[in-house]
Amino acid sequence: MSPSARGRRIGILCAGLLPVAFAWGEYADVILNSRSEAEGVAPVIFPHWFHRIRFRCSVCHVELGIEMRVGSNSMRMDSITNGEYCGACHDGQTAWSVDNCDLCHSGRPGLATGIQGGHQTGGPGKY
Amino acid sequence: MRQKPALVLLTTLLLTLAAGIAAGNWKTLRNDQLHDPSNPSLRVLQDPEEALALLPPDTAGNMVNWVTALQRGIISPRSSLREDREHEILDDDVLMLDTMPLPYVRFPHRPHSEWMGCETCHEKLFVSVAGANAINMGKILDGQYCGVCHGAVAFPLTECNRCHNTDSSTVSGARPGGTLP
Repeated sequence: MSPSARGRRIGILCAGLLPVAFAWGEYADVILNSRSEAEGVAPVIFPHWFHRIRFRCSVCHVELGIEMRVGSNSMRMDSITNGEYCGACHDGQTAWSVDNCDLCHSGRPGLATGIQGGHQTGGPGKY
Repeated sequence: MRQKPALVLLTTLLLTLAAGIAAGNWKTLRNDQLHDPSNPSLRVLQDPEEALALLPPDTAGNMVNWVTALQRGIISPRSSLREDREHEILDDDVLMLDTMPLPYVRFPHRPHSEWMGCETCHEKLFVSVAGANAINMGKILDGQYCGVCHGAVAFPLTECNRCHNTDSSTVSGARPGGTLP
């Protein structure tokens, strides 16, 4: 192999490692921005790792009916305020109430809806 | 000499990667490139390290062994918002034999049902009939079946041998999708 060809191959290998070495956020951070920014608020960062310490899967994904696919739930603030989805707990008693906007709407501008990777993975479909 | 910068870059990347694997390497919310550092509420939110460093360690995903954390009672997450709801646990293993050159998959129902009960997976993601689910790695990598959680919120798909865990010579007379006690 010529030195330049070898250099190219190493370059390609490095490029392949980049998403792993510089993955952002914590594994299983969920970014919700299908509507947020379009409606004038920051994207939501939902820390899945934080919530699973307190609740097993079926609480949210069976009892509250939250689909296990980012972007497939039609969550709107009016439904949350009415006690659906996040609003089942974020009612000011079990957890903080929804008038603390920027505790959930805490993301940087321009983030795409999706789930974050972290150690060793870039998230679903990114390997 | 032309490949020298590439070698330096490669070495740096590998060292970064190794450091990331060796320690928790959790980022603070202020530096995670997701949260807006100018948001004053960040001081109220918990940094991942504060919660995750206390839990049994692992080498991938959240760097936490969530199954051990639950089984040892280090965390006790609620399994229902209702008081009267029973949490069902199934204690058998399902064998998946159509794994081409890789070791068989022995899927343990117990840790999965301890975390998820039955309804999170059945019947929507998996049909409860032996051999009736057309699972393959392509679909899993695409986020279906096991890939709904593994690669997203449970340990990632880089951990091949945690699922491909059973040498074919150690199993005889098993049928696809059959269960072992």
